[in-house]
Amino acid sequence: MKFSDEQIHRYSRQMILPGIGGKGQRKLMEAKVLIMGAGGLGSPAAIYLAAAGVGTIGLADFDRVELHNLQRQILHKTDDLGRLKVESGRETLESLNPEVKVQTYSDRVISANIPEMIKGYDLVLDGSDNFPTRFLVNDACYFERKTLISGAILRFDGQLSTFKPHSGGPCYRCLFPEPPPPGMVPSCQEAGVLGAVAGVIGILQANEALKEILGLGESMAGRFLMFNALNLSFHEVKIAKNSNCPLCGENPTIKELIEYPQVCQA
Amino acid sequence: MSGEEIKIDIDKELNLKGKICPYTFIETMLTLEEMEPEEVLRVIVDYPPAACEVPRSLKNEGYEILEVLPINGTDWAIIVKNKEIE
Repeated sequence: MKFSDEQIHRYSRQMILPGIGGKGQRKLMEAKVLIMGAGGLGSPAAIYLAAAGVGTIGLADFDRVELHNLQRQILHKTDDLGRLKVESGRETLESLNPEVKVQTYSDRVISANIPEMIKGYDLVLDGSDNFPTRFLVNDACYFERKTLISGAILRFDGQLSTFKPHSGGPCYRCLFPEPPPPGMVPSCQEAGVLGAVAGVIGILQANEALKEILGLGESMAGRFLMFNALNLSFHEVKIAKNSNCPLCGENPTIKELIEYPQVCQA
Repeated sequence: MSGEEIKIDIDKELNLKGKICPYTFIETMLTLEEMEPEEVLRVIVDYPPAACEVPRSLKNEGYEILEVLPINGTDWAIIVKNKEIE
């Protein structure tokens, strides 16, 4: 496939980078990334992936745009209030880069539809805002052998890691075997979150997705990054595969997808 | 480097007259990526900084520069050898 003059111009500042060139740009254009949640994390991630020319971006979110989303969910604008987030997100991404194919999923992600949803993608980015979905996405990625780039935020803090149990690394359950009991952990709705924190972590997820697609640099698999906005500090810890992991350990107890009850979700 | 062109077998020629940096480098690299290993490309540029910048960037990417020489008052030829199989 030949690049058009417009493509060369659009992507010139990354094609010129060592290790990318035309071959890397082609990898990006052929890549398919599914983003779970078109919210605080999914918005910045989707924007940078579309800008970089990732060929197919899937957006999964059943929610509609509300006013209190706009403080951090930069895919959506005031005019989009009341619209499905995946529709508003699609419009933003297509206006940024018409070459990107945006696939949307506006059904709630459940055990019955997630395997089919993620099958056609190379990579999954988790930007979901609740534990039941987070565990469902992790388990589905494990069963479908998809690389998962996980991000989470609350108040002034953020976390990031990449899970590739199919190539030897840990999965999310190696760290957190079970969801916390309902009510133990506050949600963003209760505790709040600084919009820019979502930006930092969502953009780092995009960064890691681009690295995984291009095969560049050091993967975040086996590493867990914690960010605090108030101290402006990043801390990294090494994480190993847990042989007692209920999902990917030596004697797994989880053999199929589990749906934990959604608490406090309208 | 003298103005005398030494005899090098050229497999392909790329005319980038009218193009500026960084597109001179990018288009050279894209052309090399599609050529066979160790084939030789002759690139013609007329943007003065490109005569220095393109060979330097290609060297950084691991390509071998065989020759850079002015061919008339406005144009330069850059002769570059493609990488071996990666």
